[in-house]
Parts: sequence; C-alpha cells; structure tokens
Amino acid sequence: MITLVKRPTPSQFWAYATPLLAVFATMVAGGILFAALGKDPIAAIKVIFYDPLFGPNAAYFRGQLLVKAGPLILIASGLAVGFRAGIWNIGAEGQYIMGALAGASVALAAYPAESHLLFPAMVVAGALGGWLWGMIPALLKTAFGTSEILVSLMLVYVAQNFLAYAAFGPLKNPDGYGFPGSRNLQQYPSAHNPELIAGTGMHWGVVAAFLAVIATYVLMQRHIAGFRIRTAGEAPRAARFAGVVPAKLVMFCLGLSGAFAGLAGLFEVAGPNGQITDSFNAGYGFTAIIVAFLGRLNAVGILLAGLLMALTYIGGDMAQLMLGLPTAAIQVFQGMLLFFLLGFDLLTHYRLRLGRARA
Amino acid sequence: MDRRSFLKTTAATATLAGLGLPAWASDEPLKIGFIYVGPVGDMGWSYQHDVGRRAIEEALGDKVQTTYIENVPEGPDAERALTQLALEGNQLIFATSFGFMDATVNVAAKFPNVKFEHATGYKRSENLGTYDARFYEGRAIQGTIAGRMTKTNKIGYIGSFPIPEVIQGINAAYIHAKKVNPDVEIKVVWAYTWFDPAKEADAAAALIAEGCDFVLQHTDSTAPQAKAQEAGNVYTFGQASDMEAFMPSPRVASTIDNWAPYYVERATAALEGTWSADATWGGIGTGMVKIGEITEAVPAEVKAEAEKLIEMIGSGEYHPFTGPLNKQDGSVWLAEGETPDDGALAGLNFFVEGVSAEMPK
Amino acid sequence: MIGGIDIVTLIAALMAASTPVLLAATGELVAEKAGVLNLGVEGMMILGAVAGFATAVTTGSPVLGFIGGAIAGALLASLFALLTQILLSNQTATGLALTLFGLGLSALFGKGFEGIRPPPTTKIDLGPLSDMPVLGPILFHHDWVVYLSLILVAVTWAFLKYSRMGLIIRAVGENHDAAHALGYRVIAVRFAALAFGGALAGMGGAYLSLVRVPQWTEGMTAGAGWIALAIVVFASWKPERVLIGAYLFGGITALQLQLQAAGYAIPVHLLSMAPYVITVLVLVILSATHRHGAPAAPAALGRSFHASN
Repeated sequence: MITLVKRPTPSQFWAYATPLLAVFATMVAGGILFAALGKDPIAAIKVIFYDPLFGPNAAYFRGQLLVKAGPLILIASGLAVGFRAGIWNIGAEGQYIMGALAGASVALAAYPAESHLLFPAMVVAGALGGWLWGMIPALLKTAFGTSEILVSLMLVYVAQNFLAYAAFGPLKNPDGYGFPGSRNLQQYPSAHNPELIAGTGMHWGVVAAFLAVIATYVLMQRHIAGFRIRTAGEAPRAARFAGVVPAKLVMFCLGLSGAFAGLAGLFEVAGPNGQITDSFNAGYGFTAIIVAFLGRLNAVGILLAGLLMALTYIGGDMAQLMLGLPTAAIQVFQGMLLFFLLGFDLLTHYRLRLGRARA
Repeated sequence: MDRRSFLKTTAATATLAGLGLPAWASDEPLKIGFIYVGPVGDMGWSYQHDVGRRAIEEALGDKVQTTYIENVPEGPDAERALTQLALEGNQLIFATSFGFMDATVNVAAKFPNVKFEHATGYKRSENLGTYDARFYEGRAIQGTIAGRMTKTNKIGYIGSFPIPEVIQGINAAYIHAKKVNPDVEIKVVWAYTWFDPAKEADAAAALIAEGCDFVLQHTDSTAPQAKAQEAGNVYTFGQASDMEAFMPSPRVASTIDNWAPYYVERATAALEGTWSADATWGGIGTGMVKIGEITEAVPAEVKAEAEKLIEMIGSGEYHPFTGPLNKQDGSVWLAEGETPDDGALAGLNFFVEGVSAEMPK
Repeated sequence: MIGGIDIVTLIAALMAASTPVLLAATGELVAEKAGVLNLGVEGMMILGAVAGFATAVTTGSPVLGFIGGAIAGALLASLFALLTQILLSNQTATGLALTLFGLGLSALFGKGFEGIRPPPTTKIDLGPLSDMPVLGPILFHHDWVVYLSLILVAVTWAFLKYSRMGLIIRAVGENHDAAHALGYRVIAVRFAALAFGGALAGMGGAYLSLVRVPQWTEGMTAGAGWIALAIVVFASWKPERVLIGAYLFGGITALQLQLQAAGYAIPVHLLSMAPYVITVLVLVILSATHRHGAPAAPAALGRSFHASN
C-alpha cells in the first residue's frame, strides 16, 4: 500500500524534475500511440519537439512559436495571480473576445482616418473591454457572493453570441460582398499591430506577454501585495487579520486577469488575426487556464508552459504534414501531456511512502 | 469567366495516365498541399475536398504527392499552416474555406513562386486564383422537384449564414419551385452554423411543424434527413455529399460538391506549366456541381423534367436566374430574358419577389 | 397555435432535443454534489457518442449501444477521477484537458464508422395514449431513452434526497474533511459519483449519434457538454430543476428556430444569449437569498481532498 504524505514545503527538486519527467512519459506514451497508428514513433516525436526549434525551417517556426504562445502567456499570467488568491476566473475566453471587440470597434469607428494616437487608444479600449467583462463576476461576487467560476464561464457564451452578432451586424465590412466579418485591420496602417522586426513573430502582444511575466513576477515575489494575495489563497482567515480586504482582492484579481485577456484579444485582432469574425476566438482563454496550471501558477513557469503548449500545436501541424498523423492523434497526444504534467505535480507536494495508511 | 470543359480535362488526364508521358521534367513529384477547416471525417465540406485531393493522386499517380492539414482554425493558424505547406516545398496549395481568404492573400504574397488557390473567395493576385461552385444550379433542380411534389405547397430551407452563396440557393430553389407550382411558399430558418446536428434537427423539426413537406438544407449534417424520415412524408436532398444512406426517401436527390475534376485539371496544368491564376466558377457543366441519383420516390415525369433541366443548365442553354425577375421589394432585378453577370451574382444580398422571409439584419 | 407557433409540437420537439443535455447534466449534477467540478463533460459525451455508435452498429442492438456509450463515458470519467482524486491535480485544468483528450480519442476510434446508419432505436407504442390530442404527442410519442432520462432524473432526485448513500454524497460535497472524520471514504464516493456522471454523459452522447443525428461524425457534440454544465448551475444543483433547465436551454433554441420558420425576423444571437444571462441571474438570486443560510453550491466544489489535510 502506498500512502501520500504532504511535504512541509514543496520539493525544489521535484518542482523542476516533474515537468521533465512528464514530457518524457508523454513521449513514451505518445510513441506507443503513434506506433499503433502505423507511424514511426521516433520520427513523430522528433517532428513535434525538435523540428520546429531546430529543423530546416526553424527560423520561421521560432517566430510562430512566439505568435502562438504570446496570447497564452499574457492571459495565463493574469489568471495565475487570481488562482493564487483562490479567485477562479475561468471566463478569460469571454474577456478575450470583449477586449478584441472593444479595440476593433475603436479602430473601425475611426476608419479610414490615420493617426498615431489610434493604436494606443485601441490598446486602452481592449484592456478596458476585458476589464469590464471581468468586473461583472467580480461585482456579483462581492455584492451577492455569487460564484465567480460559474458567472465567468456563463459570460463566455454571452460574449460568443455577442461576437457573432457584431460580426454579422454592426462590425460587418461594408465592402465585403455581404460576407460576415469586419474590415481587416492589417490593411489599416494606424490600427495594425505589425511584426516589429520582420520574420521574428515579435509583435506588441508578445512584448506585452513578456512584460506581463516580469510584472507578475515582481508583484508576486517582491511586492507586499503579492504576499497578501498568496496569503489570501493559502490561509484566508490569516489574510483578514493581515488587513486584506476580500472585496478589493476579488476586484483586483478579476480586473487584472480580465484586462490581460482583453489586451491579448486586442493584439490578436489588430495583428496576426486581423479581423473580427464569428469564429475569431480560437480557445486561447481556455487553453491559458491549462498553461497557468502547467506553469505551477508561477510567472517563469507560465512562460515555459506557454512555449511548450505552442510547440505542441506547431509541431502537431508539422506531424500532420510530414507523417500524415490525423489531428485527432495530436489532440490525444496533447491531452496525455497535460495529464502527465498535472498528475506528476503530486510529487512536488507529497512524498510517497510505502506502508499501511493510518486511517 | 472561364468555363472549363470537364470532358476535355478528363480526356487529357486519361491520355497522360495512359501514355505515361513525362509531363514533369524532373523525377521529383509535384507537391500539392491542402488545408481544411474541418476534420476530413466531417462527411461534408472538408470530406468532399479530401475526395478531390485523393482524385488527384489517383489520376496523376507518382507524378504528384499530396498532403493536407485538417481542422485548421481561421486566422493566424491558417496563415502558419499555409506557410508550413509552402516551406515544405508544395508548389500548388489549395485553401478550402472562405475564412482562409486574408491568410492566403498574405502567404501568397510571401511565396510568389508557389501557386495558390482559394475556395469561395474573391481576392486574387498573380499567383492566387479562386474557385467556387455554382451551388445554385443544384438548387434549381431541387426547387423543380420540390415544387412538383409538394402537397402542402410549403418548402422549408435551412440556411447556414445569410451570405451570397446561401441567398443564391434560396432564390434559385424558390424561383424554380414557383415556376412549376404558382402556389408554393418558401420558409427560411437561419441556423448560423455549418455543422451542428442538434440544431439542424431542431431547424428541420420547426419547418416540418410549419407544414413544410420538403426540407432543403445548406448545412452539412444528416440530422435534417433523420428528422424528415421520422416525420414521414417529408422529403429532403443530400447536401455537400450524397447522403446516400437516406435513399430512396426522404433523400430524393442530392447536390454533391464535386471538386475532383477541377483539382485534377489544376494539378495537371501545374505539371504542364500552363497554370495561371484564374477565377473559376464551375457548375453542372464542368462537373463541379453534381446531381446525385434521383430516386424512385420521384414520379417519372418529374424526374424527366429535372433531368431535362440538368441538361439545359449543363449545356449553358439555360441560366437559373433568367429574367423577368423582381427583387423582394418589387423593383426590377432582371428584365425579360436577361441574366445577371457573375460579379453581381457573387454579391447577391436580396431575396427575389415572392419570398416571404425577411433578410436578417 | 399561438402566433403561428404550434405549442404541442414545440414541447414534443424540445423533449427529444433536450435529452442528451438532460442526461449529461443529471450526471454532472451528481459529480458536483460530491464536490467535484468536471469540465470534461464535452469530452465524455463525444466519447460516448462514438462508443455507443460503434457498439450499436457492430452488435445491431441500440440498447447495447447505449450501454457501450455509458461504459466509455464512465471510463473516461475514471481517468479524471484518478488524476484529480488520487494524484490531486487541479480539477479545472484536468477537466479542460479531458475534453481535448476525449475529442481526439473519439475521432481516432470513429475512423471507419462515418457515413453509416445505426440500427433504429424503438419508439414505445402506447396505443390509444399516443393518439390522444395534445398530451399524446407531448407525452406518449417518444423513444424509450427519453422516458429513461426522465426516470433517471426522478431516481437521482429521490436518491440524493432520501437515500443514505445520497446523504453521504452530499456530506462529502459540503465538507470533505468532516465527512472523512465521520469515517466516510471521500475518495471512493467521489470516484463513484464521477463514474456515474461519466456514464450519463456517455449515454447522452450516444443519444446524439444513435437517435438525434443519427450518424457518427467528428466533433458532433458541437458544445452540448458545455450547455450541460450551464444547466447544472442554472438548476442550482437540484435534479428537478435540471429538467427545467434542460428544457429551457433546448426550448429557446427550438423556439427561435420555430419563430423563424413562422416568418418572424428575430435577433438570433441576442436570443441565444438569453439562457446564459438567465443562468447568471438565477445564480445571483440564489446567492443573494442564501446570503445567511446554506449556499446553493456544494461548499467543497472544486477543492482537492487529501486525508492528512
């Protein structure tokens, strides 16, 4: 009989070793899966993990890694702060949509005027849109004690319908031959969020993601507010004695994660995506929740987890192309990676002991 | 508009294959890539494109090598997937969803030596052509059969999205139903999805409840077919794929997206060095729109009439939108004998006179 | 007929339309009552859809198909239980990963089952009852799974409210430490509740592929699992209200389509938001009225349990 004994403090060794162990286990399990599908497992693993980074066209894919990871890291950084405080915003997808809608609306209202002030105004609008959408569960939680998990999730669907309404109605491109979708902001110089250095994938959203990692690191590790947030999550009663006002904390965490998600949406719609369509949101808000946990709710961890997640997407596409693996196999592979990463985390917090349980 | 002859293409292909002529100078096969918006197993839109891809391999054998990426979300992921295909050395790339348009434009600009083809779009360049099918031609056949056979004089239509392609289809179905049955009415339900079985089933149920005994669908699942079968005495048409599982009834005929002849032709052109960026809008005549078997549930004289219409549309003798036709508000759209130019048709955004449904705003 | 809408048909239609989400939501409710939030309902449903379809086609028996769907859903739920209950992983993240995994796995298993029609699921013929006006089409014109789903709701209600096991589940969901101290096996209870939830989600998925569509295609659940999650919240964790919630969510879709069919131009997207907005309002009303009493949501919902905590 194996029993679990909680470690007094999380193990430093296992904190670093478990992700490596999980990736290794995924390679083994994934290899078995790929072999079962009649593909060369070693080649498949290499195509997924190695080729995007060091393969023949790696220069392009490294840039794309940033494009794909940028929004995930930006959203996850905001979410992790709240998760640390025990405030569960799982509606980032909705805040992402509302940020994009708000930012794009500013641009489309100004079209075709050119001004250097437009892009900054869009950034503010994007952050505000996400912030406002995050404030709905925050206010309901502080005023009535309504669960923010459920309200924020419900608001994702409201936002999705609102997005479809906007794409077919008010934001529809008048020159688009009746097809749904807004004007493409990539063709509107003042509103475009372009690659800052051609070929690197670096755009303002990626910059914002890096800044978010640094800011949340400083906040959580070096600032008194971070200490309060962590205390609130780990020992809510003690936090009250330490002067934490729960209502303020809820507003701060949901507002911050909402604003970050809104920014991610804005940078995406003004940059890589270009337009508002009814299928604009590609699930970044939900994937970011996974990224936050894979990164152990820690700023640097999230950076690495976001890049790893992006790597499986890009490598997965490559495996389809080079080896003819179906997307379904890639989804199963990603699922296994997440299960192993989440499951093995146990070793960081608990010690396995052989012997009989006491109770 | 460049109308291609299906016969000429297949003949050329047969010759190539038969004689084994080395059309591609080097030993390297021509690499051809596809991106699909859905899974190849969707049995509808993406599946039909994949049937076309496999037709290229079948027709051209080891002169070509095809690959695809499925389930590609529209937006930056599409742009990356297209770039990936180009970087992997694909010389001819098909982007098979309207939503891939701007991504394809961007990637085509970056790879001037690669040939791109975008389905159902309207943006072209030196190395980016577009292609689309005149699905409305199939709707004319469906309208004729439905108009003749309906007992309730009510025809239901499940629309996906209010976009020109779907509006063309509703108009074509209504015009031809009305032509053979002046009392016919058309009822339109917008599902706002291309594929959602549960919602499509509900939409079909709603139309059947309104007394429609024909349900036409512009969505891809077979759920409306199942609903019709359950209701009894309600007929349907296969959409995108043949949906032959519901033959002979409720599915009495079908409009099949048949990309195979076009794909084979374009691949052959690329091999021979004669490819150029065109705007192709194929129909029954070129084989891009194929009418599936009309079953025995359709009376013989109606079947004959439908077949006559298929022939007339196919030969170019008859255009499904031939005036006199008025717009829904009563103003004149087409004068006696007039047909619309393809540009106007491609942007069609109004119903014809007699359709009672309101266009969603 | 009211305003061109045939109410009888509408109700009959939405009963069948709501069956998949009703089953999935009832299952999820039991899991949440035990204190576990499993966001992987969509993944369990679609795995149930393919497993049910494959079983029914292979054996020729829709009954076996539904059993197969239930087993597949329960197996996937057990994986979730293993991760969250024994390996103590975060429930939200694990649930999301479970959906991804289920979608992929179902597509892999489903290769080769596309384009086939399953054996028909029989309608129960209740003779004269079925021919009654109004009540006939509404109540006595369905297949057996519709009745089974209604029975399951009733059984779940009675089980949670009156049985000893139901009491234990609720205790575990409210305060796992106290339940543990009383000698209940928290992890075993949650494992069972999750497996039950997975089984019902799998059955709901099988209903989609065997009755609703009926066909197997990749991604065919199209978000039904997420609606089931919303319904549990709407129902404020009460089985009898799950029935209302499922019919409301299904009903609004059916209603907006019927309004369109009757020729009304309606703002579809704004109407489609309505059930979610209503759910938020219900949540607010519940939490406002329960301010000083027992909260509506199980208190331990979403928290990990470890005996030495």
